[in-house]
Amino acid sequence: MRDQWICLALVLCALHSACGLYFHISETERKCFIEEVPDETTVIVNYKVELYDPRSNGFMPSSPGIGMHVEVRDSDDKVILSRVYSSQGRMSFTSHTPGEHVICMYSNSTAWFNGAQLRVHLDIQVGEHAIDYANVAQKEKLTELQLRIRQLLDQVEQITKEQNYQRYREERFRHTSESTNSRVLWWSLAQTVVLVCMGFWQMRHLKSFFEAKKLV
Amino acid sequence: MRNEQMNSQRNDTNISKSRNNKKLTTMLWLSLVALMALLQGSAAVEFTFDLADNAEDCFYEEIKRNTSAYFEFQVSAGGQQDVDVTLKDPQNKIIYSLERATFDSHQFTAETTGVYTACFSNKFSAFSHKIVYVDFQVGDEPSLPGVDEHATVLTQMETSAQAIHKALNDILDAQTHHRLREAQGRKRAEDINQRVMVWASLETASVILIGLVQILVLRNFFTDRKPSQARYGRL
Repeated sequence: MRDQWICLALVLCALHSACGLYFHISETERKCFIEEVPDETTVIVNYKVELYDPRSNGFMPSSPGIGMHVEVRDSDDKVILSRVYSSQGRMSFTSHTPGEHVICMYSNSTAWFNGAQLRVHLDIQVGEHAIDYANVAQKEKLTELQLRIRQLLDQVEQITKEQNYQRYREERFRHTSESTNSRVLWWSLAQTVVLVCMGFWQMRHLKSFFEAKKLV
Repeated sequence: MRNEQMNSQRNDTNISKSRNNKKLTTMLWLSLVALMALLQGSAAVEFTFDLADNAEDCFYEEIKRNTSAYFEFQVSAGGQQDVDVTLKDPQNKIIYSLERATFDSHQFTAETTGVYTACFSNKFSAFSHKIVYVDFQVGDEPSLPGVDEHATVLTQMETSAQAIHKALNDILDAQTHHRLREAQGRKRAEDINQRVMVWASLETASVILIGLVQILVLRNFFTDRKPSQARYGRL
């Protein structure tokens, strides 16, 4: 009985994740999303692409010819995932460095379809939202209460990660501020010195010039 | 007598059959309700995207009638950190609109079933692209599988767990908010740092340049007077 329920829930989840938010891009366009995540955090991306059909003035539910190129870069601009998926895909990656991860999508279409519209359904889940609790419950045979506590634990873990990341970012922020502070200080000092030297040199130069011209 | 017994037995089996049937129908109903609930609600998506200069990006979401939705955005970098935002209902009627806003949130209940549109426009800005964070939550959070589907009263433990879950969700939201504000501040600070560097070097260079040019002009000025000076000498 319970297993049936879980099966049903799983199927529904799968159905459900396919719909949701969507947007339009042209076939040659590249769309990027940024996810700022702490380290060791799982990100799941679900998408479905539909091709615009001018005949029916709608979008074809399945477009087997279309493939999507998905590229994920981490905060150091290093590629951590770059693959071509079909019109529907699901990928997950785990961050190893904290920071902004850029997820870019573009279709692998050729000039053949050039300019056609694509409808992209997208769902991005980060951290504890990415955990599939139906699966967890089934695999580890947890009771309801255990499952609840498990979710709480995952949430707390995510919060801890986020706080560590916060500390890291605060450090970076402070570093920038201190750099600005010292730059302002040293530049103003340097400028004052330059100004004084310039004035001194100008006076001396002019004096010797006038003396040479016998003007004074 | 025997007949009667048989009758009663048949009755018994009939009763148990109907009970089974009843159980099945309730189960079906329950699953249908669960299906509806799952299909109806709970599409929470948060993402950050890059809005190019002079561009308009729209996102669409189908919302069922009487579902509450929560929409939040925040510009975390670029230009004056502002963007034009409009929310439209399926009839293309504007239900929410803000111009040149940095951050805001809006909660609404869908009056009709259909595709709702959220558009971000950067048409007024010719040079700067913006980084925009969007949080679009439709319906309630999906419940844990196998949990909340039964109709019994929650135990104290379960209630506490639920309360903690809600509180932790609030904490996560607050953290996201802080993270965005921090990103905003940090990007500004990095910008200022860069600007201090560039402007200070430019200023120093211009001070030196002006100093040199001043002397050159002045010298030229006096060397040009030379003929008149010679005339003075002759006189």
